[in-house]
Amino acid sequence: MIRLSIQARQALAKLTLPVLIAAAFGIMLLGKADTVIAEKARMALADAMAPIYVALAEPLAGVRDSIADATDLWQIRADNARLREENERLRRWQSVALALDAENQRLKANLNWIPDPAPSYVTARVVADAGGVYAKAVLLSVGPNHVIRKGEIALDERGLVGRVTEVGARTARVLLITDLNSRIPVILENSRAHAILVGTNGPRPRLMYWPEGTMPQEGERVVTSAEASAFPANLPIGIVHFTAANVPEVVPAAMLNRLEVVRIFDYGLGGVVAPEAASRPPERWDH
Amino acid sequence: MARSDQIPGIRPRATLGRQLDIAARHAFPATCTILLMLLTETPLGIADQYALLPAVTLACVYFWSLFRPAAMPPVVVFMIGLLFDLLGYLPIGVGVLTLLVVHGLALRWRRVLTRQGFLPVWLAFAGFSAGAAVLCWILTAALTVRLLPAAPALFQAVLTAALYPALAILFIKAHRTVADPERA
Repeated sequence: MIRLSIQARQALAKLTLPVLIAAAFGIMLLGKADTVIAEKARMALADAMAPIYVALAEPLAGVRDSIADATDLWQIRADNARLREENERLRRWQSVALALDAENQRLKANLNWIPDPAPSYVTARVVADAGGVYAKAVLLSVGPNHVIRKGEIALDERGLVGRVTEVGARTARVLLITDLNSRIPVILENSRAHAILVGTNGPRPRLMYWPEGTMPQEGERVVTSAEASAFPANLPIGIVHFTAANVPEVVPAAMLNRLEVVRIFDYGLGGVVAPEAASRPPERWDH
Repeated sequence: MARSDQIPGIRPRATLGRQLDIAARHAFPATCTILLMLLTETPLGIADQYALLPAVTLACVYFWSLFRPAAMPPVVVFMIGLLFDLLGYLPIGVGVLTLLVVHGLALRWRRVLTRQGFLPVWLAFAGFSAGAAVLCWILTAALTVRLLPAAPALFQAVLTAALYPALAILFIKAHRTVADPERA
């Protein structure tokens, strides 16, 4: 060890903090100039932590489920009555849906309609919240030999969840539709008007840029639009709801605050990929 | 060199076991900070769980900078800040700078604050958490070039201040027992 005088050592000790603060500014600039390094470091950390999250998920889910079971027992009677009534209603809707589906098939056959290709998908478990104070995202555990790529689309059993933005060796990060950076081209189902769904970090993203004269309607269904080739058409997103300040928002159909399993669809789309990827050469669109 | 080595007096021989014991006690604050940070990222299924990470990190850095600065040197704070940025999906460097500023100010006001009771230390921490939330908000907004909503920052500041007593009770216990190098 190098021997220093007491004064020199004290001076060095006093210098450490200012030097490190300067270094903090330095890595801020570095992170701004090159987003790939930060992204790689994050996914490496997520890859390292994923097995621990997976191992912990089972017992934690067990505890959560038993608490939920206990509260469910209290209201089992009321739930039963409600479900009986709902079942009755859904049976009527099912017959309507089956009739409409048959009619749709017949009409398509008459028109020589080119069917949409069936997309391939994989199902992955959500292992952690990959968001922060200013980000809404989830981390998926996808195993070491996965085929997931950036820009693929995540859905749960009810509707659109988001898009894959970062892919690691055994994890993938899905940016939710509620994130501040999320912009999704949508169609309002009744008027067929185009609009953009803008994430706000709140629970309900906001509708913007609908054409003049066609206001979104309260309760109207919102689906994805195939514009810009980022999404396939007609994936369910949610329904329109107006806030007290008369701003149209969308109540997501997907249960974004308790995601457990999501399906990642590969629609083979070559449009706008993840927000940060714009400056890099394309990795997969080689056709 | 440990502080206990500079004080004259009779003490047990420095065997390997004793040295390991002293080293473990020195490493306790940093290790426990990092473990707590990783714990907040596990899938606990709590709503708004994202706010736990800044709350725990800030409380740890503040407490140990005040009461055991030798075990929480600036380099360690820098590394914790880097981990905080990576785990919390903040722009890289934001957490590093915020924690270094908290560490620096805590060291500067150490002589006044450590002589007070629990309540003034907590009130000062409430000020620190508000300041840290504002600094994070400004830096993130500047680095992402967009106006961010203020509600998450406010929630973060309130939760951080509110969680401090629960963590501080554990830390005070540890400070007097397992983390004290003089009891090795």
